[in-house]
Amino acid sequence: MSNLKPADMTKRNCVTVPPHKHLERLKIPLLAVFSLLTIPLFAQSGSTADSDLIGLPGILITITLLIVPVVAALFLLVVKANALFKRIQNRKDTEEATRFADYLKTLNVEQLEALQNDKLHQEYHLNNRELSGPFAPEDSKGLLSSINEQANIRFIEAKRKAIVRPGIDPALSRLILWFLGTATFWLVFGTSVGEYVGIKFVAPDVDQVSWLSFGRLRPVHTNAVFWGWSSLAMLGLGYYVVPRVSNIQIHSLKSGWWTLILINASVVLGTIALMAGINNGGGEYREYIWPIQLLFGIGLVITLINFLRTVANRKTTEIYVSNWYIVAAVMFAIVISIVAYVPNFQNGLGETIIQGYYMHQGVGMWFMLFTLGLVYYYLPQQLNKPIYSYSLGILAFWSQIFFYTLIGTHHFVFSAIPWSLQTVAIVGSAGMIIPVVSGTTNFLMTFRGAWHKVAGSYTLPFFIVGIIFYFTGSLQGTAEAFRSTNLIWHFTDFTVAHSHLTMYGIIAFFLWGGIYAIVPRLTRQEPPQITVGIHFWMAFIGMMFYTVPLMWGGTMRGLMWMDGLPFIESVTMMAPYWLWRAIGGSLMWVSHLVFAYNMYNMINPRKTVNINDIAIEKLHAEELVEIQGT
Amino acid sequence: MMDFFNNYKKLYLSALGLFVVLTILVAVMPAINNQNNNSPLPNEEPLSDAALAGKALYVANGCVACHTQQVRNLEMDNVWGKRPSIAADYASEHRTDLWRNTATLMGTERTGPDLTDVGNRQPSAEWNLLHLYQPRAVVAASVMPAYPWLFEEKTNLDEGDVEISVPDEFRKGVKGKIVATQDALNLVAYLQSLKQVELPGAMPVPEFLYKREQKPDAVAGGGEDMGLDGAALYAANCQSCHQASGEGLKGAFPPLKGSAIVTDDNPEVLIDIVMNGYDARPEFGSMPAIGTNMNLSAAEVAAIINHERSSWGNKARKVPVEEVQKIMDFLKQTAKK
Repeated sequence: MSNLKPADMTKRNCVTVPPHKHLERLKIPLLAVFSLLTIPLFAQSGSTADSDLIGLPGILITITLLIVPVVAALFLLVVKANALFKRIQNRKDTEEATRFADYLKTLNVEQLEALQNDKLHQEYHLNNRELSGPFAPEDSKGLLSSINEQANIRFIEAKRKAIVRPGIDPALSRLILWFLGTATFWLVFGTSVGEYVGIKFVAPDVDQVSWLSFGRLRPVHTNAVFWGWSSLAMLGLGYYVVPRVSNIQIHSLKSGWWTLILINASVVLGTIALMAGINNGGGEYREYIWPIQLLFGIGLVITLINFLRTVANRKTTEIYVSNWYIVAAVMFAIVISIVAYVPNFQNGLGETIIQGYYMHQGVGMWFMLFTLGLVYYYLPQQLNKPIYSYSLGILAFWSQIFFYTLIGTHHFVFSAIPWSLQTVAIVGSAGMIIPVVSGTTNFLMTFRGAWHKVAGSYTLPFFIVGIIFYFTGSLQGTAEAFRSTNLIWHFTDFTVAHSHLTMYGIIAFFLWGGIYAIVPRLTRQEPPQITVGIHFWMAFIGMMFYTVPLMWGGTMRGLMWMDGLPFIESVTMMAPYWLWRAIGGSLMWVSHLVFAYNMYNMINPRKTVNINDIAIEKLHAEELVEIQGT
Repeated sequence: MMDFFNNYKKLYLSALGLFVVLTILVAVMPAINNQNNNSPLPNEEPLSDAALAGKALYVANGCVACHTQQVRNLEMDNVWGKRPSIAADYASEHRTDLWRNTATLMGTERTGPDLTDVGNRQPSAEWNLLHLYQPRAVVAASVMPAYPWLFEEKTNLDEGDVEISVPDEFRKGVKGKIVATQDALNLVAYLQSLKQVELPGAMPVPEFLYKREQKPDAVAGGGEDMGLDGAALYAANCQSCHQASGEGLKGAFPPLKGSAIVTDDNPEVLIDIVMNGYDARPEFGSMPAIGTNMNLSAAEVAAIINHERSSWGNKARKVPVEEVQKIMDFLKQTAKK
C-alpha cells in the first residue's frame, strides 16, 4: 500500500468487497440484456449503488456484441437440424409407402381394376410430347453433371462440391499450395505453443526449462501465428486473387517462391532466437530482432513489386476492390515495419508511441486490410453473385485508412504519453464504426437472396462467423477504448480475449473459408465433409469457451483492482477462468489438427482406381492376345 | 473520377500518401517530440552495471508480458507508486545495442504486479532470490514461472557465493546448496533499482484521477482502525515474506505467530521494525524499512500491527491509532538526530 495523506485516510482502499459482490453487479446488466427488456427500467429497479455499471456504454456494447455470435450459431444449428429432420421425415414417408404397397397386394382383381380406372381418370393430362414427338431426352454435349441418383439417407448432407475451373496454371497452384501448406504448419506449431502457454497459467511448474519459460514462449506463439500462419495464408490466397481479378497470369512466379522462402526463414529463425532469449526489446509483435524481421520485410517488398506489375498489366479496365485492399495492405505493412525498426525516434516515450502505433497498425493495416481484400473476392465467388455495393467498399477502404491509423496509442490510455494523443486515439477508435458498419453491411447484403446456399456449403459458415466477429470484435475494440471502460479492462485478460476474438474469429475464420474455397479447385480433391464440420464447430465453440470466461474474469479483476483489494486475491480469483481458457484453447487446438488433416486430404494425391481406364486397358490387352493367338 | 479508380498509380499513391501523412502526424512526429523534449529527473540515479545486465535479462525472458512499469494517473494505480508516472521517468531509456531496440517496459498486461516502484516495495534480496527460484515458495497462489536455471547447485560455498535457503518441499531433490548465479544477482539488482524518483520541489505533482467515492460506513464506523482492513493491508505489505499463516519461512523470514516482539504490551519495537526495518538476526534475511518506503500512515500501521497482534493465536491488546502516531513521531525525531 502506498502513501496517504491524512486527509485521504477515510477513503482508504482496503475496504473488502467480497468477490460475489462483483457477480451481483454484473448480474444486473446481464439480466437486462438477456431479457431484452428496456434497460433503463431494469437499472432503476436494481440497487442504485450497484447498477452504475449498466450506464457504461462500453459494457452495454460488449454484452450485446457477445450475444450476436451466440444467436448466429444457434440459428445456424437450427438450419442444419431442420435439414436433417426433413430427411428423416422423407424416409418415414417412404416406409409408409412400402406398407401401402403391401396393402395393395391383398386387393382382388375387381378392386384393383376400379382403383386403376380411378387412377387413370385422375392422372389424365396432356403428355407434353404433343410437340416434341416420341424422342427420348439426350444430353449429347454432356451439359448435365452431378445428377444424384442415390436415394438412401445420409446423416451428413452432401455439400456442393467446388466447381472445377479451367485456366489455373499448375505452377501457380503449386506455389499457392506451398504457401497454404506452410501456413498450416505454423498454425499447428504456433497454437501448440499457445496451448502450452495457456496451460502454464493453470500449472506454472509444468516445466522449468529456460527455453520453454512463459515469457519466452509467449512471443513465439504470437509471432508464429502472425507472421507464420496468418501472413503466409493471406499471401497464398492473395497470389490466387491478384492475378485472377486482373484477368492475367501472375507477373513473376519466382518472386512468389522467394517471398515464401524468406518469410518461412524469418519465422524459423525468429522462433529459435526468442527461445534462446534474443529479443528485440519486448515490444509486442516486434520481438524478432531486425536482421530476422528484415527477411520478412524483403519478402513483402518482392511481393509488392510482383503484385504491382500484375495489376499494371491487367486486362480489365477497373481495378477490382480486392486489389485495392491487398496491394494497399502490402504497402502499409512495409511502411509500418520501417517505422517500427528505424531507431531514430525510439528513445524514452518515443518508443512507447511507436509501439502503440506499430502493434495496432500491424493488426489493422496488414492482417485486417489484406483479409478484407480476400473476402471481397472469395465471398461473392462462393455465393456466385456480385458484391452488394462497390461504393460501400470504397467508403470502407478510405475510412479504414483514415481512422485506423489514428488509434494506436489507445493501448496506453492514462499512461505518461500526452493526453491529447490519447484522445486522438479514442476518437479514432470511435470513428472505426464507419468502416466496420459499411463493410459488414456490404457483406451481409451480398448474402441477400442467397442465404439458402449456406446450408449446402462448407465454406460459407466460415465466412459468416468471420463477418459476425468482424462486426462484434471490431466494435468491441471501440468499446474498450473509452476512458470509462479502459479503467476496468486495461491490463486484464479482457484484452487477451479481444485479440483472440479478432485475430482468430475474424482473420483465421476468413482464411479458412478462403482455403476451403480454392484448394479443392486447385487439387480437384475435396476434404472429407465431416471433418470440415468438426473443424468448424470445434474452432467456433472453443473460441467462445476461450473468450467469454476471460472477458468475465477480466472484468471482475478490473473491479477488484478498483476496489483496492490485495493484488494476489485477483490472481486467485482468475484461476477458474484460466482453466476455462485452457479448455477452450484445447478445443481450438484440436480443431487445427483436424484442419491439418483436411489439408492433407485435399493436397496429397489420392491413388484411385479408374475403372473405365483399366477396363479399356484390359480390353486392349485381350485384343492383343487374340491377335497374337490367330 | 473513374480514371482515378482505374489508374493504379494514382490510386495506390494516394492511399499510400494518406497513410504515410497520418503516420507521420500521429506516430513519428509525436515520438520525435517526446524523445527530444523530455529529460530524466535530476534525482534519477543511472543504473549500475549489474542492474543494466539484469535489465537485459528482464527483456530476454519476456518479463514485460506480465509486468507493467507504469503508474497510471488513476486512483487504483496508487498502490503501485506514490505518483503517476510521467514522461521524464522514461527519458533515459534508449537503444540497447546494434541488434536490439529500446526496451519496452510500460507493458500492456498486468498478470503480475506492476514493478515501477518494486525497489521500494520489496527491496529484500533474500526474498527476491527465493521468489525467482520458486515463486510459490513465498507466494503460494502465484502463477509466475520459476527460474531455477538462474541458480546452481554446489556442495561447498566459494567466497562471495550467495546461498538461498529453499524450503524442503520446493527443493525437488536438490541435495546440495542452492547458489545464485551472477545472472540472478543482476536481475535482482535491476529489480532493486526500480524506484520512483522524487519530483524536484518546483515541479507540480500530477494528480490521480477517478478518486474512489467515500464509503459512508467507513467514515462513520471510524473507531480505532478508522475502518481500515488490517488483514488486507497485511496481505499487501507483509504477507509475501511472513506468509498468511504468520509462520514466516524457516531460514528466511521469521514467524510473527507467537513472536515476543509482536505480542509485547509495548508496541514500540514492533512499530520501529515496521517503519525502519530490522537486520539483527543472522539466521533470517534483513527486513526492509517497509513502513517508511511505502509511506504508511499511523492508521495503516495500527491496522497492520493490530491484525498481527490478534491473529494466529496471538492475543495482545489493540493499540489505538493515537498511540501509534505518538511512537511514530518519536521515532522520526530520534532518526533525525
